[in-house]
Parts: sequence; structure tokens; C-alpha cells
Amino acid sequence: MALSGLLVQVLNGLQYGLLLFLISSGLTLVFGVMGIINLAHGSLFMLGAYLCFAVVRAGASLWVALAVAVLGGAAFGVVLERLLFRRFRTREHLDQVLLTFALILLFEEARAALIDNQFHSVAVPELLDFPVPVMGGFAYSAYRLAVLVICLLVALAMFVVLERTRIGAAVRAAAENAEMVDLLGIDARRVYAFVFAAGTALAMLAGALAAPIQSVYPGMGQGFLIVSFVVVVIGGLGSMAGAFWGALLVGLIDTLCTAYVPQLAGASVYVLMVAVLLWRPAGLFARG
Amino acid sequence: MVLASLRLNLFFLMLAGLLAAAPLYAQPYYLELASTALVAAMFALSLQLLVGGAGLVSLAHAAFFGLGAYAVPLMTRFLGAPPSILVTLTAAGMLAGGAALGVGALALRTRGFFFLMSTLAFGQLFYFVFHDSPLGGGSDGLFIQRPVFGVGSLVFQVSRADRPAVLLALNLGLLALMYAGLHALMRTLFGRALLGIKANEHRMAATGHDVRALKLAAFALAGLLAGVAGHMAAVTDAFVNPDLLGWHRSASALLMVLLGGIGTLYGPILGAFAFTALAEASQSITERQGLVEGVVVLAVVLALPRGLAGLGRR
Amino acid sequence: MTLVLEAVRLSRRFGGVRAVSDVSLALHRGTLHAVIGPNGAGKSTLVNLLSGELAPDAGSILVDGIDVTGWANWRLARAGIGRSFQRTNVMAGMTVLENVRLAAQAVLVPGRRLLRPAAREAAPLRAARAALLRVGLEEVADLVAATLSHGQQRLLEIALALAVQPRVLLLDEPLAGMGAEESERLAALLRDLARDHAVLLIEHDMDVVFSVADSVTVMVDGRVLERGAPDWIRDSVAVRDAYLGHDV
Repeated sequence: MALSGLLVQVLNGLQYGLLLFLISSGLTLVFGVMGIINLAHGSLFMLGAYLCFAVVRAGASLWVALAVAVLGGAAFGVVLERLLFRRFRTREHLDQVLLTFALILLFEEARAALIDNQFHSVAVPELLDFPVPVMGGFAYSAYRLAVLVICLLVALAMFVVLERTRIGAAVRAAAENAEMVDLLGIDARRVYAFVFAAGTALAMLAGALAAPIQSVYPGMGQGFLIVSFVVVVIGGLGSMAGAFWGALLVGLIDTLCTAYVPQLAGASVYVLMVAVLLWRPAGLFARG
Repeated sequence: MVLASLRLNLFFLMLAGLLAAAPLYAQPYYLELASTALVAAMFALSLQLLVGGAGLVSLAHAAFFGLGAYAVPLMTRFLGAPPSILVTLTAAGMLAGGAALGVGALALRTRGFFFLMSTLAFGQLFYFVFHDSPLGGGSDGLFIQRPVFGVGSLVFQVSRADRPAVLLALNLGLLALMYAGLHALMRTLFGRALLGIKANEHRMAATGHDVRALKLAAFALAGLLAGVAGHMAAVTDAFVNPDLLGWHRSASALLMVLLGGIGTLYGPILGAFAFTALAEASQSITERQGLVEGVVVLAVVLALPRGLAGLGRR
Repeated sequence: MTLVLEAVRLSRRFGGVRAVSDVSLALHRGTLHAVIGPNGAGKSTLVNLLSGELAPDAGSILVDGIDVTGWANWRLARAGIGRSFQRTNVMAGMTVLENVRLAAQAVLVPGRRLLRPAAREAAPLRAARAALLRVGLEEVADLVAATLSHGQQRLLEIALALAVQPRVLLLDEPLAGMGAEESERLAALLRDLARDHAVLLIEHDMDVVFSVADSVTVMVDGRVLERGAPDWIRDSVAVRDAYLGHDV
């Protein structure tokens, strides 16, 4: 195998892993802070992709679509949190599973009614529609590189918000101990709304970013949901660093296996999860 | 878990009699529909052993259901000719129970949210095995030959016209057996220990219960029973596809359990019948079944947290 | 006065904090040993180490001379260590009798008999009734645990610990939140339990401690500060400075 080919696959793996991080970070934050299992998180990703498709089809640029996905996602998150998720914070897991299962069905129906049930592709913006030469005559899509950079910037911004701001401190405290929020003098409901809005916006941003890379189709959220769950199991609950490294690990292993050991492609991620469950059931990056 | 009183059990016995006599007064289509509901009831009941019994919410349960279903074509291929239904039923139970033992041994190393996520991932692993490999016809599924109704030389030839009635009787009998068995199981020391774990897992461990072994036993047994239900789904429909193993089916079964009420053993049976009736009704009025199902699930979790069985006890 | 449980130089950290540091302890049948100390001294962590809720970072635990270091809580319960919790920790939705019967079941019924109907297995039921009688809850046996008064729930905690047929009883603040009259009766119960168990008592009420304990360990900042007979501890200048002075 050529070294340059490997480099391309590694870049693909990193880019996939970073998209996974945008999804799984929301999943792990919403659980860590609110104690809610959101199975509809993958459907938010799907909605983001379709929203991106619809905005671009309407004639706007991809950049507008990305902004719409983030802002629309945040607003949608606030509404969902206020109407539904707030009441399910203290409910049993079974109720949360069924609530979010219902949302999956309803999101699929909403998409079918508002957009359609078809497969689509979204064009890469002209500005980034050129190959970037890497080693040995191999070239890499500039858009994919841009996605990589955008995801890294978003991740960096998240860490800054979590570590350096008052609301970030409240989020971290809440993830460790729900009663801590009140001690910090911040309205807990604001923290929940913030976390849920951020999680939704991140998932929809990931969907919109992915739209020009892969095709946009109805069931696209499900695969990402399952893999994000694997990421959270591997990374350890409530740990942002765990979600980050776990997502990169999963992205790389999945991509490299698909490229070099296609027989194992479907199973590789699960094998990794089994190994982690056997070796460190609390996750690779769990505290304590 | 609240077990039904003698009077309530007699009432169920009457309903079962009414259902058993259905071939005398109902169209074959409705006999088949009743069989579908009975299979769903078996599946939901097997899940109730986990949810209502030990407080475990699993999203891998459909994988064991689907393995039980695929056991029918796999055994037929392995033996070269359709085997006795006793052979396929045993194989389905063993295959599903064995898989559940393996998945449980790993997934039960975790708790709560992690348990849920790892069961979801393991369940999807089985789904992808049948979806992506030619083992069982791939993503399109497989029309299958039904097993033989009988053992050795004692074989009942079931005509096409009689089949719906025979399947109905078989499914009803198995459901009754499963219900009676679980009813008895919940009265044993094992059943009581499961209820204790559901009530307070930590205290049970602190008083000397090997909580993980107890949960694993429940998980494997529930998987075995789900395999039996899946086997009957395959025999009833003569068709299998990977969707049988998908987590959406696990979620549907959880809905049946919640719809019927998690506090009782008969709740899931009510829930399965209500769910099947609902699906049937929505199919006749609209093409948007997802919408109907979604709204109903939402309504149930918002308004009926104790399920249908809770309505009578308010 | 047979030695039942021995802890040798136990240590446990949480992050950078040494919750328990180099603590040794010996518990004898027929005696009540009290552990006192200010909040955060590591008393509850010590009980959690001895009952297998936590694994020690260093040190070892022996029961009847057998090394049980690192055993999980359920194995230690079967080895004869019963404990109560500082915060009431029961099967709240079940009856009092079923709570205690379940607690007795794991130790008294071998695994192969788990598939027998619970109603036909007499041993755990008998043990449960005996435990309830001993703590004085036999009259509320059929009530749902959650409906008991606070004082009764504290007694149920002790009954659950007793039901596992322990030789060592670890009681983590059994008097917490109890009234004066209830405390007095519970003190008598503690004395009674110490006749046929090795009892470790964690308690803040000094009057009770000095009236029921045979010996006392004072912990401060995860370490043993002093150890001795109650009268001697009461008069110890070091203890008075480090701890009692705050309360008296």
C-alpha cells in the first residue's frame, strides 16, 4: 500500500471522526447534564443534512446553509427542551427511550412532509471545489479539508466555552453533580436550555457539513446515532475529552478497515467497543 | 411486579377460549392478524421479564427475536429438508438464548445509560450481520419453508385452508405457556430477587446477592423466550428479513410494555394487542403510519405513564 | 473475644485527597468499637472499604484470618459482614418483611434452589422474622417500607444488616435524625447486638458512644488520632483539642 494512499485514508478517518465528535459531544453533554438519553439525536443530524439541501436548492450558498443549520438547530433545541425534554429529566430511562423514539418517527414524517423522501446530493461550494495535492501525485478534496478545519475550530470553541466561561463552568459542574448548579448561582433551567440547544445545533451542523460529502437520505441519522453511542461507550460518559479521542479513534479505525480490510468493515467498530467493555467497562477516558 | 389475581386469570382464560374458538366465526385474515398479535405478545412478554422484572431496558431484544426467526431457514438449510417444528423451536431458543448470554455477559458490565447504549450497538451488530451478508438472503430477506408439524413419523399434514387456525392455536398455546411459566417464575426466589434488584440494586448487592449473575440469567432467559417468539413469527409469516432484528422493533416492544403497564405481567399482552390493532387501523386510514405511531407513543409517554393496566387501578 | 475482622494499614485516595490513610483496626466478637471524628474524617469511607463498596489503594482486610482484600460487596456480605447505610437505603416499594426476607435470601439459600417458590423456602422467612423481632419492627412487618417513620426506617436498615447472618456489623450513623427516646432504645439495641457480633459503630452522638462503646477510635483527616477505652478518650487532651473541643 502506498504511503500517500494511507495519508488520504487517515485524513478521511480524521474528518469522519471529527464529524462524529460533533454528534457524540451533544449526546454525552445532554446525558451528563440533563440525564437524558436522546435516541433522536441521529435524526437531528439527518434534519441538518436535509435543511442544508433545502437551503442550497433554494439558491443560497452552502455557507448560508451552515449558518441556518446552527441557528435553526439552536432555536429548535430550545423549543424541544422547553416543550418536552425538560419534563423528562427525572423520568425513567424507558420513558426517555420511548419519547425520543416517537420523535424519530415524527422527525422522519416532518421531513417527508416538508422536503421529501428522496436521496439527494449537495454540490461542494465552488470556492472549495478543487483538489489539494498531497504526497506522490495524490490529491485531496479541499472541501473535506475545510470540514476538518471547521470541526477542529468548533471543538476548540467548545473547550474554550466549557473551560473559560461562567455558563461553561455551570455545565461542567452540572455534569458532575446536578445540585452543584444551584450553588453556582446560575438558573439551572438556563443551563439545560443552553446544553440542549448546543447539542441540537452541533448535530444539525454536522449534518449540514456532511451533506456535500455523502449523499443525503432518510435513514442517514440512524447509522451515525449507533456509531455515536459506540463513541460515548468507548470515551466514557460525560467526558468531552473522551468523546473527542473516542470519536477520532472510531473514525480512523472504521475508515482504515473499510479501505484495507473490507471484510471487517461493518464489525470493526463493534469489536473495538467489545474490547473496551472487556478491558475498561467505564470507558477509556473515564475519570476515577 | 403485580401478578394477576385468580379472578383476573380466569378472565384471561375466557378471552383465550374466545380467541381459540375464532376459526368458528372469523375470516382467515383476522386469524392471521390474531396470530401476529399473539407473536407480538410473546415478544413483549419476554421483554417484560427484563423491564418489569429486573428493571433492565434493553435495545438488543429484537436481535434475539430475529435470531429465533432466522433459525428456521438456517436449520432447514443445515439439515437439507424442513425439519420438525420441535427441532426449529429448540434451535431458535438455543441460538437466541446463547446470543443473549454472550451479549449480556458484556453489556451487563455496564449500567443504566451505558447498558442501553451497548445493547443498542450489539443489537445493530446482529442486524448488520444479516443485512450485509448472504447468510439469510441479505437486506431483501427470504421466503422460507415452514417446518413440519410433527415428530418422526407422526406428522400432521396441514392444508392451506386450515393453516391460519392451526397457527393461531399454536401461538395461543405457546403464549399461554410462556405466561404461566413467567407467572410461576416471578414467585420463585429468583423472581423475587429480580424484583429486589429493580427496586434497589445496590442494597441487594450489599446483602450478598450476586446481582450481575442474576441479571445475566434473566437476560439470557428473556433472550431465549424472544427467540421462541421470533421463531413463531417466521413460522407464521413464512418470511424473514433483517428488520426483524433492528432496534426499531426493540423500541416497539418497549412501547407495548409501557402501553400495557410495566407493573404487571399481563400488561405487555394488552399492549401487544392494542399496538397490533392500532397498526392495523392506521394502515386502513393513512399511509403515514409513522405519524400515527409517533403521535400515539408521544401521547402514551406524556399522558399514560402507567399504561393501560394503570387505568383500572387509579 | 475472638478476633473476627482485621484491617491492616488501609488507605484510599480520591483524586488528591487522602480519605483514609494507614488505618488499622481489629474487631472482636462480643465488643462494640466506635469510630468518631469530625465530618470528613474518613469514617464513612472506612466503612465502605470494610464492606467492599470501595477497594482500598493499599492495605489488607482479613475475615477469620482469610484475606478478603478487594472482594466485592456481595462476596463480603456472604463472608459475614453486614452493614447499614448512613442514608436509608432500602427496597422502598416493598413490604418490610419482603425487604428483610430478600436480605436473608442470598446468604441462606444456595443458588441451586433459586427456582423454588419463595413461599416454600422457610429459612429466609424465619431469619427475617427473627431480625425484625430483634430490632422491634415485627408489628409493622406487612407495611410498605416507604410508609414507615424515619426512626422505623433506621431500624429497618439495621434489620437488613442483621438478616445476612453477619458476624461483623458495620453501622454507619444508625442514630442519625432520631429523637431522644428513640436514641435511648437504639442504644440498648446496640449493646444487645454487641453480645453476639463484632460491632463497628460510627456515631456523632457522644453520649451514646461513651455509654455503649467498649473501645473508641478517633479519626481526623483520614488518620487514627487516638485509640482506647471510652473514659481514656474522653480525657485525652489531643482528642479534646482536635475534635471534642468543637462540639462541647
